Amino acid sequence: MVRFDGVSKTFPVGKQTVVAVENVSLTIEQGEIFAIIGYSGAGKSTLVRLINGLERVTSGTVTVDGIDVTALSESKLRPVRSGIGMIFQQFNLFRSRTVAGNVAYPLKVAGWPREKRAARVAELLEFVGLGERARSYPDQLSGGQKQRVGIARALATSPKLLLADESTSALDPETTQEVLRLLQKVNRELGVTVVVITHEMDVVRSIADRVAVLDRGRVVEQDTVFEVFSNPKTETARRFVGTVIRDRPTSGDLTRLRASHSGRLVTAQVREGGRVGAILAGAAELGVSFEIVYGGISALQDRSFGSLTLELQGPDAGIDALLVRLREHTDVEEVAA
Amino acid sequence: MFGIDWETIGPLYVRAFGQTLYMVSVAMLAGGLAGLVLGTLLYTTRRGGLLQNRLVYNVLNFVVNLIRPIPFILLLAFIGPVTLAVVGTQIGTEAVIFPLAIAASFAVSRIVEQNLVTIDPGVIEAARAMGASPLRIILTLLVPEALGPLILGYTFMFIAVVDASAVAGIIGGGGLGDLAIVYGYQRFNYPVTLLAVITIIVIVQLVQVLGNALARRALRR
Ligand SMILES: Nc1ncnc2c1ncn2[C@@H]1O[C@H](COP(=O)(O)OP(=O)(O)OP(=O)(O)O)[C@@H](O)[C@H]1O
Ligand SMILES: [Mg+2]
Repeated sequence: MVRFDGVSKTFPVGKQTVVAVENVSLTIEQGEIFAIIGYSGAGKSTLVRLINGLERVTSGTVTVDGIDVTALSESKLRPVRSGIGMIFQQFNLFRSRTVAGNVAYPLKVAGWPREKRAARVAELLEFVGLGERARSYPDQLSGGQKQRVGIARALATSPKLLLADESTSALDPETTQEVLRLLQKVNRELGVTVVVITHEMDVVRSIADRVAVLDRGRVVEQDTVFEVFSNPKTETARRFVGTVIRDRPTSGDLTRLRASHSGRLVTAQVREGGRVGAILAGAAELGVSFEIVYGGISALQDRSFGSLTLELQGPDAGIDALLVRLREHTDVEEVAA
Repeated sequence: MFGIDWETIGPLYVRAFGQTLYMVSVAMLAGGLAGLVLGTLLYTTRRGGLLQNRLVYNVLNFVVNLIRPIPFILLLAFIGPVTLAVVGTQIGTEAVIFPLAIAASFAVSRIVEQNLVTIDPGVIEAARAMGASPLRIILTLLVPEALGPLILGYTFMFIAVVDASAVAGIIGGGGLGDLAIVYGYQRFNYPVTLLAVITIIVIVQLVQVLGNALARRALRR
């Protein structure tokens, strides 16, 4: 659906240039919810804006639904944009127009006749659950309702692709979940490919299928959400995962654990179908006793994962033998004192 | 009544009132429209604007800054030759309207530019993301989004034009200002001056009340 090939984007700032996106290559598949996560200034907004050509690449190519958008002139880009929906952190509704007027605007741009517009607007407002508010003005709506209007407006021309730039960052946690559920509905019921930009790992975990981690303009990690959560490979990804999953002891935790536990400390990954428990049950045969001192197990995309930190006590040979057995099934790390 | 000789002053007052309304409304209409176009051009050609164009912006900006500080009474004389070429005469009510419209259009252009700048850029970005052309955005979005403050700006301008029109008398343009000076001040007929001043105050008050009401409607508060 969307393909980035060696894409870079720099901005001239005075005499210097700021690199916002650097040599990014990634593919967003048709029908998936793809998340792009990164800290503020990582280049997320720039990256999505390259998809609909609001920002033009410095080098590389971006292909959307088979069309190389980087090769199109501004006027040739317009019909392409008309087929891509976009929603924003600050909603960006037209305050001078009613809810219905907002949703009708992209239809006018796309040249829909008046009679067909009204029916389409009604249908969209029904879909986002705002059928009653057609004649309200944006200022009269709550944040969550505004974003629903934003979504209805973005979907007006039946796009196959929806870009959501921090679409829930201005909302409270409950409203965030509401909007995320709506995006999920858009994806599942209408088959729209959704690109979600966020700095909140919780958003990724709630709805995304795959995720790219952006760090200072570069994609440092790109995989299924389950894989990134259960096995983050870069420090940035680990930090993001750490914001929602706290199953690994921090160095502070370790110092505290050390103070009260004299045995060897190891952290074992727990995965779906893993046999950590069964193996630990055999620890006594080796003369080893264990205590669970830290950790947690969560579920993601209907699979469980997590990690447990154990204190092992007993003869070193027995502990080593136990670790060998564990390592046959999962990753185990001995945590230094 | 009020120590005014209505027999002679009455017809003069009616004529002066008509002249002021005529000058101000035509100048506001022409200058308001030209100022809207000019202000929109200033806004759209500035850096980061929809039609970003450094040369056009710099030229327009320079010209506006050049004309605007000239006091109206001097502008009247300064662009006299142009008035002659355009209107065909340098004296009379019509000859005042032209410089009045010029002054209004440059002042309005700044008011329009300043109000358009306050539009959230995100709104324009949303329209661009829908595939709307710059022209469509200019014609269908900019003015509606800034309508409330624009109405207040035009109200302010209307009053400034009423103010400027008071000097019309010096080139034979007549109007309430002329009435107050020639028949009131110069003939020591204070009641006539008072009459002209009160009339102007009433016009200004009415326009302000109307402007406020329209702006409130546009802002829905
Ligand atoms: N128009 C611009 N001119 C100059 N620099 C820019 C421009 N747009 C973005 N940048 C720079 O590019 C970098 C990436 O910005 P971008 O807005 O894409 O980040 P982001 O990940 O979306 O951040 P946030 O989470 O704060 O929205 C930043 O260093 C920013 O200052
Ligand atoms: Mg951003």
